[in-house]
Amino acid sequence: MRRIGPFLVEKDLVAPPGRVLAVSTAALLLAFLVAGLVFWAYGVSPWAAYRTIFVETLLSPSGFAEGVRRAIPLLLAGVGLVLAFRGQFWNIGAEGQLLLGAVAAAGVALFAPLPGPLKLPAMFLAGFVAGGLWAAVPALLKLRLGVNDVLTTLMLNYVAVYLVEWLIHGPWRGRTAFGFAYTDRFPDTAMLPLLPGTYVHWPTLLLALGLAWLAWFVLARTVWGYPVRVTGDNPEAARYARMPVFWVVFGVALASGGLAGLAGVGEVAGVHGRLLGAYQISLGYGYTAIIVAWLARGNPLGAVLTALFMGLVFASGDVMKIALQMPFRVTDVFNGLILFFLISTERLLYYRVRWAPARKEH
Amino acid sequence: MEDWIWTTLVRALAFGTPILLAGLGEIYAERSGVVNLGVEGMMAVGALAAFAVAQSSGHPYLGLAAAAAVGALIALPFAFASITLRANQYVAGLALTMLGLGLSGLLGKPYEGAPLAHPLPEAGFVAAALLLAAGLWFFLRHTFGGLVLKSAGENPETVDAMGINVYAVRYGAVVFGGAMAGLAGAFLSLAYRPSWADGITSGLGWIAVALAIFAAWHPLKAVGAALLFGALYHLSYRLQAVVSPEFLKAMPYLFVVVVLSLSALRRGPSGAPEALGIPYVRGERR
Repeated sequence: MRRIGPFLVEKDLVAPPGRVLAVSTAALLLAFLVAGLVFWAYGVSPWAAYRTIFVETLLSPSGFAEGVRRAIPLLLAGVGLVLAFRGQFWNIGAEGQLLLGAVAAAGVALFAPLPGPLKLPAMFLAGFVAGGLWAAVPALLKLRLGVNDVLTTLMLNYVAVYLVEWLIHGPWRGRTAFGFAYTDRFPDTAMLPLLPGTYVHWPTLLLALGLAWLAWFVLARTVWGYPVRVTGDNPEAARYARMPVFWVVFGVALASGGLAGLAGVGEVAGVHGRLLGAYQISLGYGYTAIIVAWLARGNPLGAVLTALFMGLVFASGDVMKIALQMPFRVTDVFNGLILFFLISTERLLYYRVRWAPARKEH
Repeated sequence: MEDWIWTTLVRALAFGTPILLAGLGEIYAERSGVVNLGVEGMMAVGALAAFAVAQSSGHPYLGLAAAAAVGALIALPFAFASITLRANQYVAGLALTMLGLGLSGLLGKPYEGAPLAHPLPEAGFVAAALLLAAGLWFFLRHTFGGLVLKSAGENPETVDAMGINVYAVRYGAVVFGGAMAGLAGAFLSLAYRPSWADGITSGLGWIAVALAIFAAWHPLKAVGAALLFGALYHLSYRLQAVVSPEFLKAMPYLFVVVVLSLSALRRGPSGAPEALGIPYVRGERR
């Protein structure tokens, strides 16, 4: 126990929800403060920037819908990463797994001779499998050879980007694309319905919410979730208790890759209607999903809130690009600062601070 | 034929130089026990700082100094988070990469497409990188300072017992790594291109991280590894007529996966520092 001014500070083994909320909020505020300094260095008044963001994302229905639209892939990939991180699989490859999902969905949409009503379910299934397989490679390399999963998952992101580029420049280039590099438009049966006047593809949103709940349920309430939790908290103990650590890590890898793959399906079937350049499909959802998962503190249901929050941050990037002519890289500045302050303040979660002014001795 | 071999070697050296510079810095940071995945971001801000200073002052060497200084400076918050606050090193490094790419992309916008009056020769960088590799190997192998650095990454308690501050050693190594990544960026924007464009680093920082593992954290082996990666980059330009360019662009990244798997297959110890990635807490048992 230590005394700092009128406060008593002591160590605490658990972090109650109230403290988690307070510390997270403080971290976010610090991140926005420093981001404001960056805007000022760029030559945009921080006050004007934040006012523009506030008015055009939170107060405008279309701006808010844009945030929700961005939150859909972030939620799917983020829930997957919550599972991956809890199972000790350092998946930094959600971006590539998302792209593979988009590729698989486009393949089914354009080339599979399926009857109309089966098209979309087949696309989601193919996207899940493709994303899962893309994650299975680094998972196997980690489990069998001990290869660093951070690097392999990340390298496969670049490979996925060039796979997409090759497809749209080469074999899958559309007959109607003329000089542009993208595929033909998907048939109508392969397109997701939108909420009128927005790009919110609501079936994917419902799917994402359902899967977030399912992930929470499996993790917290079933026999399959228990080994995942133990492996995440203490891999040695899990091994000692003869838990199937191999299958836990492999399972969370497949699930997280698959969920990121679903996010890719939603983007091409809901927003774009064709396979196009990797940076047009994603803009880094897979990387931002890491923050969504970290901010959710290991709880898949928490990811619903944090995905919406990061979706709004993404939408703010859009607003700043259009209203203030700033490069879209501002989103990376936000992302980097938010992640940095989140992990830096993590240790504070395990300290209890009490107001206890020293009594005067008479 | 001899000509062909000669050109390949020369180009491989040039392509390998940024990977070598940044990789040497990462080797030092990791030898002290800290994994810094922020190399890509530090390289990007280094490249921008070098270009901005060289372009506005007209002195390319001033740009070089600025790149090293800015690289070291941006490594400081990472060092604070991962060493002092004991945050997860992987995630802190990722945050640094995002921040570095974001900052350089944002603040570098006015410099996009601007010309550079006095670029630096590639050969100077190549020679400097090779000399640095030799010097850093000597320091690590034959000096007391090198012994302390290695011990901080293998068995920090011993360093502490010697009365040397483990935190200071690790801060030093991480900041040095940042300066080296900054120099790697300067090579790209002052000599190799020479210009500034968002995304100038194009994943080279990640390859530098892989290089540290592949070279078994050994500065001299890093030279061979950088040559290998450099040759691969060069080949990918030469084969453009035969194989699709997208495949060739993906090749270095695929190569990293293959190389890491092969190094994992190697028998015997990998050479990884014992305490790599583990934050040091004074007076606490591991």
